[in-house]
Amino acid sequence: MAQVVRSPKVYDVCIVGSGAAGGTAAKVLTEGGLSVVMLEAGPALNPEKDYKEHVWPYQLPHRGGGVGGKLKHEVGDEFMAPNGAWEIVGEPYTAAPGSQFRWFRSRIVGGRTNHWGRIALRFAPVDFRSRSTDGMGDDWPITYEEVAPYYDKVESYVGVFGTKENISSAPDGVFLPPPPPRCTETIVKKACDKLNIPCIPSRMAILTKPLNGRAACHYCGQCGRGCLTASNFSSSQVMIPPAQATGRFTLITNAMAREIVVGKDGKAKAVAYIDKATRSDKRVHAKAFVMAASACESARLLLNSRSSLFPDGLANSSGAVGRYLTDSVGSEAGGYFPQLEKMPPHNHDGVGGMHLYMPWWKFDRKNDFLRGYHIEFGGGRGMPVVGQFDNVCEEYEGYGTSLKQRCRSMYGTYIGFSGRGEMIPNEYSYCDLDPDTVDQWGIPVLRFHWRWSDNEIRMARDMQETFRSIVEAAGGTFISKVRPEGANPYGIADGGVIIHELGTARMGNNPKTSVLNKFCQAHDVKNVFVTDAAAFVTNPDKNPTLTIMALSWRASEYLLDQAKKGSL
Amino acid sequence: MGAMAGSVLRTIPLQAAEYAHKMIAAEKATTSAGTYAPKFFSPQQYKTIRTLCQAIIPPDSESGGAIEAGAPEFIDLLTSENPDYQLKLGGGLMWLDSACVDRYDKPYLDCTPEQQKEILDLIAYYKNADKEPGISQGVEFFAVLREMTVDGFFTSEIGIKYLGYIGNKFLLAFDGCPPVPGA
Repeated sequence: MAQVVRSPKVYDVCIVGSGAAGGTAAKVLTEGGLSVVMLEAGPALNPEKDYKEHVWPYQLPHRGGGVGGKLKHEVGDEFMAPNGAWEIVGEPYTAAPGSQFRWFRSRIVGGRTNHWGRIALRFAPVDFRSRSTDGMGDDWPITYEEVAPYYDKVESYVGVFGTKENISSAPDGVFLPPPPPRCTETIVKKACDKLNIPCIPSRMAILTKPLNGRAACHYCGQCGRGCLTASNFSSSQVMIPPAQATGRFTLITNAMAREIVVGKDGKAKAVAYIDKATRSDKRVHAKAFVMAASACESARLLLNSRSSLFPDGLANSSGAVGRYLTDSVGSEAGGYFPQLEKMPPHNHDGVGGMHLYMPWWKFDRKNDFLRGYHIEFGGGRGMPVVGQFDNVCEEYEGYGTSLKQRCRSMYGTYIGFSGRGEMIPNEYSYCDLDPDTVDQWGIPVLRFHWRWSDNEIRMARDMQETFRSIVEAAGGTFISKVRPEGANPYGIADGGVIIHELGTARMGNNPKTSVLNKFCQAHDVKNVFVTDAAAFVTNPDKNPTLTIMALSWRASEYLLDQAKKGSL
Repeated sequence: MGAMAGSVLRTIPLQAAEYAHKMIAAEKATTSAGTYAPKFFSPQQYKTIRTLCQAIIPPDSESGGAIEAGAPEFIDLLTSENPDYQLKLGGGLMWLDSACVDRYDKPYLDCTPEQQKEILDLIAYYKNADKEPGISQGVEFFAVLREMTVDGFFTSEIGIKYLGYIGNKFLLAFDGCPPVPGA
């Protein structure tokens, strides 16, 4: 039988989750003098052992495609840094009838910062005041000007490359120099210049110069595998080590938080968690709590923390926990570029991601949808992977020397484009507890409800039209299989697929309509903070991680200040 | 974003992968005459798979073919783990032999090179199934095998060399794009 083991120690702060939000909070809080215990649902990370940096596909029996080839074309193949997956055995989630939703989770120290795309974009001033701008959604309780100093701190510490461009939709930051463009990017930029679409150096959390004891990038293009030289950002390699160096940091791995336990005074006093190794129920006590388990895991934890004082879940008097769930609008297409057939072999790897991108540019005109999107793109002569020539096989068929030569001539000639746009929260998209399902630890699981609105679908259509115009302006052949109708009109990705799900415990000035105040502190429970992307009011086209870190840094400084004043 | 070890996550750690790789190498070395003992296919079926793989990606003056690249072993491993492939490839091989018996009175491997070419030329293109609906299952089978053979070849050491991928290095600086011909 599970036995409740009471820890005698009371930490200053307990952080749930070790990713972008948890790692940042751990660094700021421990360096500020507080004792911190962190719960991570996965195991410890050992880069030397776990990373597959520089491994060739032929060194793995499945060539990277996974057992039975099941990881072919998946975001998380065998090369990917460990323990990030769409499905976790024994830890399901469900979707309500008629809803499609996928949830990528990472059970490992560092969380999804081991697996993310390292795209580090600031939100723009307008992104914080959506309702004031177009009447939809809500404004944030904070402004760009309030967040900007924290963007500065995060960028200065983690290292982000980019260039000053003075584009209002894409504020400049503290940048390291960008890497020069690859051939694919040179071609696309020329086409964008013709079309008056800005195509500028991307902003990525990858070091092009040594910074804070970390070496510069060595351009193997494999950031997603994890970096042995820590030249890209991951919480496990960049945020956790300074916390550990303070001597005030305790990390408990394989600890699946189950419930936040509340005392008679209405304040949180402990987190109950399952020690996965022993399958036993344990508790860790603290004076304050930072939820940083990812937007949906943090919402799940709050919803599962029901008590007589908080019958609908902790910090949920507004009913907003789990609501306002959004993901980025995603649609993809590509092109074949004949001029790339003539390229001599050359090292095309670069950093692990794009060197150029297109920020949102149509903010100065009327569009048939609200809000905006940016464009990511990539392709070229990367390390061959399983599935590399599926399209060639499909298009040219046949066999023999002609097929072999065709694959080679087509190698590196494809460029893929991905739009990433803003979804406006709607009442049909949210998560709640599935009344019928628990995970293998006995914890009720999330059930997702999802619906895109016409605004997002019109945006996806615009993305496809833009991709076509860029490909054709570059002299390429547009390749897109999307259709205007069906379950995914204009190729709009299912909810969760872009892995920017957020908004499930949003901040606001009104406790009746929001969960957190503007410092990520729960309106209902003063010693509970949620510093991951659950706190976001909107989901602008910018990838959320940089803003997660900025807000977690800001909330942590506030928490430190409150702790010093004794107001928690 | 990835895969997992142990009971919870589904990625294969490098050590485990290396271990499996060595096991396969050891297996290859210890079986009679250094031949590979297939995990899923019967010896006869595996012989057919090898022959088909080599027809799909043959050796030429620049590189070896699918067999030298280890594609048959790769395909056998994946098939042994995946019921969908077992049906498509296992059933597909049965289909191929039956089709050859119907046409030429003997299974594929016993056919003359001309007969083998004739049947492959037929099942290598979807459009042929429009004219001859009786071969559509063979076309599906060949499409799956073609894709797996191409995967196996181009993720091999010789396949990567043939393509001219010269990355996966430690560079002090990234040079960007050399001049693009015609751009």
